Amino acid sequence: MKQEFNITIFSENHIGLLNRITIIFTRRKINIESLTVSASALKGISKFTIVVNETQDRVMKVVSQLEKVVDVMKAFYHTNDEMIFQEIALYKVPTEALYNTDKIEKMVRNAGARILEITREYTVIEKTGHKEETQALFEQLNEFHVMQFIRSGRIAITRDPIERLSEFLKERDAMFDALD
Amino acid sequence: MATKRITGSQAVILSLLEEGVDTIFGYPGGAIMPIYDALYDFDKHVTHILTRHEQGAVHAAEGYAKVTGKAGVCFATSGPGATNLITGIADAQIDSIPLVCITGQVASPLLGTDAFQESDVVGISMPVTKWNYQVTSAEEIPDAIAKAFYIAQSGRPGPVLLDIAKDAQFQELDFEYKKCTKIRSYIPEFPVDPFKVKEAADLINAAKKPLLLFGQGVIIANAEDELKAFIEKTGIPAAWTLLGLSALPTDHPLNVGMLGMHGNYGPNIKTNEADLIIAVGMRFDDRVTGKVSTYAKNAKIIHLEVDPAEINKIVKADVPVLGNARNSLAMLMENVQQNKHDAWVQEFRDCDKIEYEKVIQKDIFPEKQGLTMGEAVRIASEKTNHEAILVTDVGQQQMIASRYFKFKHSKSNVTSGGLGTMGYGIPAAVGAQLGAKDRKVVTFVGDGGFQMTLQELGTIVQNKLPVKIILLNNNFLGMVRQWQQLFFEKRYSFTELTNPDFIMIANGFGMPAHKVTKREELEAGIQKMMEHDGPYLLEVVVEKEDNVFPMVPAGASVSDIILEA
Repeated sequence: MKQEFNITIFSENHIGLLNRITIIFTRRKINIESLTVSASALKGISKFTIVVNETQDRVMKVVSQLEKVVDVMKAFYHTNDEMIFQEIALYKVPTEALYNTDKIEKMVRNAGARILEITREYTVIEKTGHKEETQALFEQLNEFHVMQFIRSGRIAITRDPIERLSEFLKERDAMFDALD
Repeated sequence: MATKRITGSQAVILSLLEEGVDTIFGYPGGAIMPIYDALYDFDKHVTHILTRHEQGAVHAAEGYAKVTGKAGVCFATSGPGATNLITGIADAQIDSIPLVCITGQVASPLLGTDAFQESDVVGISMPVTKWNYQVTSAEEIPDAIAKAFYIAQSGRPGPVLLDIAKDAQFQELDFEYKKCTKIRSYIPEFPVDPFKVKEAADLINAAKKPLLLFGQGVIIANAEDELKAFIEKTGIPAAWTLLGLSALPTDHPLNVGMLGMHGNYGPNIKTNEADLIIAVGMRFDDRVTGKVSTYAKNAKIIHLEVDPAEINKIVKADVPVLGNARNSLAMLMENVQQNKHDAWVQEFRDCDKIEYEKVIQKDIFPEKQGLTMGEAVRIASEKTNHEAILVTDVGQQQMIASRYFKFKHSKSNVTSGGLGTMGYGIPAAVGAQLGAKDRKVVTFVGDGGFQMTLQELGTIVQNKLPVKIILLNNNFLGMVRQWQQLFFEKRYSFTELTNPDFIMIANGFGMPAHKVTKREELEAGIQKMMEHDGPYLLEVVVEKEDNVFPMVPAGASVSDIILEA
């Protein structure tokens, strides 16, 4: 059964590595629903969060293939239940709409969103949350014709009390020491 | 080590020498000319083989790697030179062959400008390399080459590509070479887990009908002695995959032959009767498993494998044992009991008898008028005392040669397994001969594959390589024709060839050649070829519509192997 999985990859920050990672999905005709890359807490190590809608078996195999990439240190996969995740969305609406009614103010208040900037012409609103939540606010605001809308890729953190990357790095260092 | 000021191009050559490279296969061109210029001063230290096409260079490098176990090295220029390497790189990737491919690239300021002979070689080769990297400054060269060799040759080997911009080849650097022994993001092989070994040994000790399947992992890990000792202690019959050929002597009493679509009858049907499969350094390729859902259903599976991604990829392992085959077999050896499985082994021999009567006898001792591929293979193997290196192209001759050629020594089989690259044979023979100068190299090609890379006859002659080529000519793309006959109602769609005069072609390249059309000429023809000092082509005109049997039809279970149409 297909479901959403969050694939987390820790890798070197090298040119071309993004391509080397995405072709593993392309080759198996797996669509990437969302992808976020940035520096991780470890110096020089990048962290990818990739969301796919797939069966667990296929995801396991993809993770094995990802770990084969020389510049990939470690990859994990988790279901949505096993992670806390967020996306961020920005909405640009005409400022005029705020003058005419208090609806937007209520929407922002109810959604736990916030206003980042107000000019004469436009107002920029920010909301973090799950896709359904940011999408719901978009539908509401669109009554006033949202001029621009953007949603980020997902970022996620595991609920696991054990930090599996730290455990892995310890094991790896022991293995390297044993080989020396 | 003291540093010295040299150019990037000189650094390329010195780095290769530091890695012990003695042979380079290549083809020069604009963007790699500085490296070729540096190479000119080192002709006493390293042999460069000028092939006639870059595809020839990369297949030759594969052949060299297969017989030596060391990385094959090839050079090509940017653009078309580099793209012509891709087929061979893909072949090496799927067959785990260590290659270091060095391509020239346009000068770094021109990258992305559609400059003359610019192509995105790093991008193009990415899906088919274990690792690749673009060098744009001379300082990067020694470390990049050290890393390239380490990655290509460690763990599960594979091809790597370095794309070196022309300006980096001209620049100067302070040269110092340090071999790479560790990359923090890369674990080439895992230490063998003693608990898994114990679990595996318990299954082996309890098994009634165990069958060991071994592949190229045994050869890569130099685990031939460990494999032999293990099967002799446990009495377990062992079958090889196409790439596992030669890891055990053909005539070993526990060698029960080849797995797969055109493998032997016994190991295929007995796979589905075995209660334990011990897979060593093999990856359950679809040509081996047939229909996976019915594969080895009565057996527990132990999988000894260096690459974690192969575990549970196709067949679920009850006991996976990660690590290189040499270490895991040695540890397993200490935990298994001395045993015999004589009745079980006899079942394989009974199958051999059936296969011999229905297939083999007609193939290798035919009584019909036309010549068969099988008899040519049998005689060639006999005339070389089963001590030659076998190189094959792809197709019917490949399967027939793999079935009937016999081996006494490991690293003696050079073939394109996973990718099935027609045109592989002749250039791979170039590399095999250079990698094993004192051994006889016997190459089988069909009339189809031969015409894909026959220009490499020029390379063979120019370098006086005593390669023996047996061209099995049936005037057809034989394997495709066989499938058309069996599965496409004999609709022979574009498989018949109007061939040139191959003898004249060989002679045109300066290679002696002879054509055999009758049985009474065959043995003498092969004898004469083997005795000839130098390269030789023997064309054997075989039956046009002979088929390769046994056969596991595509999508069928291995136990549904057919012995005749």
